[in-house]
Amino acid sequence: MADPMRIRAQAAGGNATVRVLMAHEMETGQRKDSAGKVIPAWYIQHVAAQLNGNTVMTAQWGPAVSKNPFLQFVVKGAKAGDKVTISWVDNKGDKRTDEATVS
Amino acid sequence: MHTRRDVFLHSAKVAALLASVGMLPGMALAQAGAYNTAAFEAKNMADLVKALGASAPVESKDVTVTGPDIAENGAVVPVGAASSLPGVKRLLLLVEKNPSVMAAMFDIGDAIEANVSTRVKMGQSSNVYAVAMMADGKMLFAQKEVKVTLGGCGG
Repeated sequence: MADPMRIRAQAAGGNATVRVLMAHEMETGQRKDSAGKVIPAWYIQHVAAQLNGNTVMTAQWGPAVSKNPFLQFVVKGAKAGDKVTISWVDNKGDKRTDEATVS
Repeated sequence: MHTRRDVFLHSAKVAALLASVGMLPGMALAQAGAYNTAAFEAKNMADLVKALGASAPVESKDVTVTGPDIAENGAVVPVGAASSLPGVKRLLLLVEKNPSVMAAMFDIGDAIEANVSTRVKMGQSSNVYAVAMMADGKMLFAQKEVKVTLGGCGG
């Protein structure tokens, strides 16, 4: 199981800005180790965001997204107290879901 | 007699059905669609457009791409895509000279503003594109050149 994400959701002017920091290697599959062997790709493929249980955004990522990915988006009409849930699945099938409250 | 396989197949069908009408928010990840391998393996813009089954993109002032002029570390380049137009279905972030053009694809729901940011890796100085796929099938893009002083593709 991967490390938890850090999620911060702040309401401002009727919208909420959500910032997520995930803990993931995001290995591209292009790098080689010291023995010259290719390090297999390992990266997040699917990301989904939910507001109070309703999916508001999904994303597909390639290996070009940086290590320990950062994601920012704005949810319309979210207010303090709403629950934001972020989940991801990587190409090995590992997954993680974390939740935060809009403040 | 119901074998476990039958039951599984059946429930998968029902789930797909529910998901297709948007009834199953909890299943979002499972139904987020098959990973678009073809699009993520596209080597250039033309291949990508083909993989997505979209029309050729047109440059637009209503789409913006944000990023640094000079990125010191190509492994972590903050970039963003945004559009002021209504009806954006998808935002793509592309790095022209990366081994695969597409870095990320965001499906924008009604409750999300067409404005997302993330960080990407860049192997070398290159143009970065933000592409907005509109509800009517149009593809609009904006580009920006980002100079990289240290490549981010390891080695």
